[in-house]
Amino acid sequence: PSLLLLLTLTKLTNCFLFSPRQEIMKWNGWGYSDSKFLFNKKGQAEFTGKRYRLSGMTLPSLQDWFENTFGASVKHKSPPVLNASVVPPPRLNEAFVENLKATGIPFSNEAEDRVFRAHGHCLHEIFALREGKKFERVPDMVVWPNCHNDVVKIVELACKHNVCLIPYGGGTSVTSALECPPEETRCIVSLDTSQMNRILWLDENNLVAHVEAGIIGQDLERLLNESGYCTGHEPDSMEFSSLGGWVATRASGMKKNVYGNIEDLVIHIKAVTPRGVIEKSCQGPRTSTGPDIHHFILGSEGTLGVVTEVTMKIRPIPEYQKYGSVVFPKFEAGVACLREVAKQRCAPASIRLMDNKQFHFGHALKPQVSSIFTHFVEGLKKFYITKLKGFDPHQLVVATLLFEGDRERVLQHEKQVYDIAATFGGLAAGEDNGQRGYLLTFVIAYLRDLGMDYCVVAESFETSVPWDRVLDLCQNVKERIIRECKERGVQFQPLTSCRVTQTYDSGACIYFYFAFNYRGLADPVHTYEQVEHAAREEILANGGSLSHHHGVGKLRKEWMKDSISNVGVGMLKSVKEYVDPENIFGNRNLL
Amino acid sequence: MASKTLYSQRDPMLKRDCFEDILEERRNSSDLKYALRCYAPVLYKGVTPCKANMLKNIVLQSDQLHYVINQVSQESGEAPDIIQEEASVILEEMAHRLQISTVRCFAFALSKAFKTLFQHVCVNEEGIQRLQQAIQEHPVVLLPSHRSYMDFLLMSYILYTYDLALPVIAAGMDFMGMKFVGEMLRMSGAFFIRRSFGGDKLYWAVFSEYVKTMLRNGFAPIEFFLEGTRSRTCKSLTPKLGLLNIVIEPFFKGEVFDVNLVPVSISYERILEESLYARELLGVPKPKESTSGLLKARRILSEDYGSIHVYFGQPVSVRSLAQGKVNRSTYNLFPRHIPRKPMEETQSFVNDTAYRIVRLQEDNMVLKPWVLMASLLLQNLEGLELSVLTEQTVWLRGLALSYAAFLDWPDQAPTAKVVSSSLALHRGLACVSGDRVSLVVGEPLGPVTPEEALFNRAVSVLSCASYRNQVLHVFLRPAMLAVAMHTAASSKKSEWPGLYNCFSFLWDMFSNDFILCPGDTVQDFEEACYLLVKTGAVQMPQQDIVMTDIGQPTLSFFNGLLEPFLQGYQVVCRYLCEEASEGLTEKQYIPAVRSFAVKLILAGNLRCYEVLSSDMQKNALAALLRMDAVRKVKVADQVTLIVNKMAVNSIDDILGGKLPTQKALLARL
Repeated sequence: PSLLLLLTLTKLTNCFLFSPRQEIMKWNGWGYSDSKFLFNKKGQAEFTGKRYRLSGMTLPSLQDWFENTFGASVKHKSPPVLNASVVPPPRLNEAFVENLKATGIPFSNEAEDRVFRAHGHCLHEIFALREGKKFERVPDMVVWPNCHNDVVKIVELACKHNVCLIPYGGGTSVTSALECPPEETRCIVSLDTSQMNRILWLDENNLVAHVEAGIIGQDLERLLNESGYCTGHEPDSMEFSSLGGWVATRASGMKKNVYGNIEDLVIHIKAVTPRGVIEKSCQGPRTSTGPDIHHFILGSEGTLGVVTEVTMKIRPIPEYQKYGSVVFPKFEAGVACLREVAKQRCAPASIRLMDNKQFHFGHALKPQVSSIFTHFVEGLKKFYITKLKGFDPHQLVVATLLFEGDRERVLQHEKQVYDIAATFGGLAAGEDNGQRGYLLTFVIAYLRDLGMDYCVVAESFETSVPWDRVLDLCQNVKERIIRECKERGVQFQPLTSCRVTQTYDSGACIYFYFAFNYRGLADPVHTYEQVEHAAREEILANGGSLSHHHGVGKLRKEWMKDSISNVGVGMLKSVKEYVDPENIFGNRNLL
Repeated sequence: MASKTLYSQRDPMLKRDCFEDILEERRNSSDLKYALRCYAPVLYKGVTPCKANMLKNIVLQSDQLHYVINQVSQESGEAPDIIQEEASVILEEMAHRLQISTVRCFAFALSKAFKTLFQHVCVNEEGIQRLQQAIQEHPVVLLPSHRSYMDFLLMSYILYTYDLALPVIAAGMDFMGMKFVGEMLRMSGAFFIRRSFGGDKLYWAVFSEYVKTMLRNGFAPIEFFLEGTRSRTCKSLTPKLGLLNIVIEPFFKGEVFDVNLVPVSISYERILEESLYARELLGVPKPKESTSGLLKARRILSEDYGSIHVYFGQPVSVRSLAQGKVNRSTYNLFPRHIPRKPMEETQSFVNDTAYRIVRLQEDNMVLKPWVLMASLLLQNLEGLELSVLTEQTVWLRGLALSYAAFLDWPDQAPTAKVVSSSLALHRGLACVSGDRVSLVVGEPLGPVTPEEALFNRAVSVLSCASYRNQVLHVFLRPAMLAVAMHTAASSKKSEWPGLYNCFSFLWDMFSNDFILCPGDTVQDFEEACYLLVKTGAVQMPQQDIVMTDIGQPTLSFFNGLLEPFLQGYQVVCRYLCEEASEGLTEKQYIPAVRSFAVKLILAGNLRCYEVLSSDMQKNALAALLRMDAVRKVKVADQVTLIVNKMAVNSIDDILGGKLPTQKALLARL
């Protein structure tokens, strides 16, 4: 090959090859650049692109819902500022750069690459990007290791030259975990795992796969599917989040009832720390060898090292999948039903209960009906539920279901669940409603971008709580949010909505949406943060946990001591002290 | 050091609402129509009202009750079914059966009665509006002051008048003895609780779950009397915490977002039970509640009882009160349906809240001119000239107003008119002969023994005192400081550290007699200084507190105001030191102190009649017990009082101003 070609290749390497996702993704919003909601010239909402079921469709009722819910108007636009923010110049550690060059591991200190890895998807982060606000601190360079050994070399060099490393996977954090500590004076290197994205082997005898930790959820699933398998781990962010990120944050997947949460799925973790590599010596399905060292890594949020390879359980792709839904006259009845399902341990792969607000939200996303007949059928259904069955449209809630397995078993299972639902006044409401419910979770982040185009800020947060406190917690947190908004001068009624999104034997995971129209507020992000803070205090006072699956990051650090006791914090600190005495992994999450 | 901010912090709402007379409309339109009118109150978050039977079922099926039933069953060996049946019987005995038809009957009858008994029944309508708002937003607890049997009927009557949700009211079981009336009350929203059920787990569980169920669901506002019983002295009583604990707990457990406490101050110009109370305090036992007794009370109907003022205070949010004081997450690790003793942090919060609410009640009590006159008359038992009384009343009015008393003084009327009409209304207590005004001494029926004469006089003094007592909360703190200064004057010490010690001794001593919030000694002292400085009675150059030239009348009035209490406590001390026998039982204590005091008065060695009041005797004993000068020892079935004579003696000396209140001395007690 000619020199020219080689040069071109190098350039490509630096700009594109190692960051293809960066090229097709928004830099100041969620997801793919080609996919977004907008209100077209006719005033109707549409979802652009071709990637989703909703793509290319018009959504006639979204505008009404949007304007009525938030008191917003499509006339009041707040579009993002287009020029990218000013980026502080990189503080490079020359010796480190020299040594790194010698290893041949690709790196970059282009402003664009650095800013892209300076944030997650918290409201304040995206808001700042849209407004063109300057980040106080961003990574000074980005490295792209290609394999475990590359990571070992990078960590060794970082230790040698006292450089701060921040692991970066999918960048979907919502806990400020990726934010660079502003007080960090050392060179900050973002360690992007995206090139470590291979399935290294697959063991069908033991149904495990050995995978590099940088792989993105949807790629992992697609690749396994090609061999007839799946992990079944489907967090709502799975399009963009990485395996290593799941491990580092204790992620939870939608179908955990069948497949388990990440901690149930991993068999073996290999991670590189400043002290060296940590891993186990075997792949025994369970061991009694003292406290499980995996649990130091699970949820460590990048403070101890980088997860490089994971051995994970896999399952044959289920023969049959079926969505379903049940409407209940009231949230209380729905919760009672989910509790009973959990008690009988017959939860389908996924079962979620959306409150009335979310039910209406989901309905606002109905695409234009193609035929008069469908329209008619829809009308009939509505008539049946609200008039004949006497459900109050402002009270009723819907549970969405997803069954998986062989066909016979699914149908049997379905009947069992519907029977239980019936005893709580639940009425089966079709597959379509169910499927739309799950769709909402994949497009919700795109909708937030739409909201931000029209002066609406939004965020979600979650908790887990014992069954007997579910109702009270939902009620009190919503009320607290409404009050706090009022007290802080929010001019419009906020949207507060929740769903019971996972069930367990002894409790449930609750997921909240919270949004408000910020017109008239001087500093909407600050107001938003104050309200979220109050909401979290309310959650804790009502017996909820600090987090079910989002993690702690820097956003919720202040409550760690109360959550796990002083001794608990001390234990974590002493591990950090041993593993990383120089605080090489200096993102300052968690503690 | 007397800071204005601290004082105003306590009472941010010194601006008070105006009153409307609700009887006015009753006098101009049909009572029947009024009783039958459309009544459709708004409830909490629009819940539909719950039928009494459904409510009982919810309670009986609750996890809370089941837990206790099983527990009791395991302890007693009885089958759970039987215990469950017991619970059901308890609930049956307790539960209200609110019926709108009964309420309408009451509305009719009370309209008639009120119009004959009272000139006006005045209500602050802004308070009603606030209440209406509160009822829709949060579970509401109504906490009225308790001076008369009338209180709770009156409350329901007013709420009915304003189309507000009728409360369910915790009433003592003794009412249930009144056959027909008891049931009527039940049907107008009363539920009945036994006076004492200390160790009865099941009873407590049924009771607290019953109240909490109503509260959590917002079926109706809960009403009860923080003071626990009617105050016979018209002083606010030390609050009882049981029910308050019950209604606050659902907030701590996260079962409700907030609970609103609404203090209600009901002030009577003349109390129906006036002389009844005085006799009761003197040891004539209270007549058992009976229907026939009530009928006999009909005589009452022919008299004029002046006006009633009902002031609905600002709703107090438990959530805001508890902010930063109680960590609710401490409730996270214990199942919510298992009954548990409140934690220390919670207990002190509830205690503190109770005191604050009672003080809010006090703040909004309406005072009539007679209250000021009674205070003056009691300091001049031999009587005083009408012109002097008038002049001093006007002076006292100015003082009271500058201390933010809620005084209802007729604006237009000339002072002489105000004084004479007050005297007319209370002609049973004071009489004018020639131009001298003096207390009425009960008319003798035939020949009387000296003891009987003494008791007759005591009845009028105690009745009169019940009016003076109404103004005490306004003057109490500066008055205690005045007493401290008086004591110090004899020992020539006026720097404030010494005064503070003396003040804090009195504060401690009297904390059963008056509403003094625990832990507020310093704040109260500062308030006292601030108020005395404000009215020019004292100056505070550097470390001193010095009486000014114009301060004399104020300070001596204050000394006179508290004199009966100082003397009363001293008599008790003296009795315990001089007369009390070794095995003095708690039961014997009151009659013994009484006869000791009677002897002193008859011998001409004591002029203070108020010491005959069992209320003061009990409070004095409670104070001595608190200070460890007296101990209770249980021997067999009897509770015996062990007196530390030296300690009691030195308390006596301090009260008499013979000893300085030195820390060392107090420590030895």
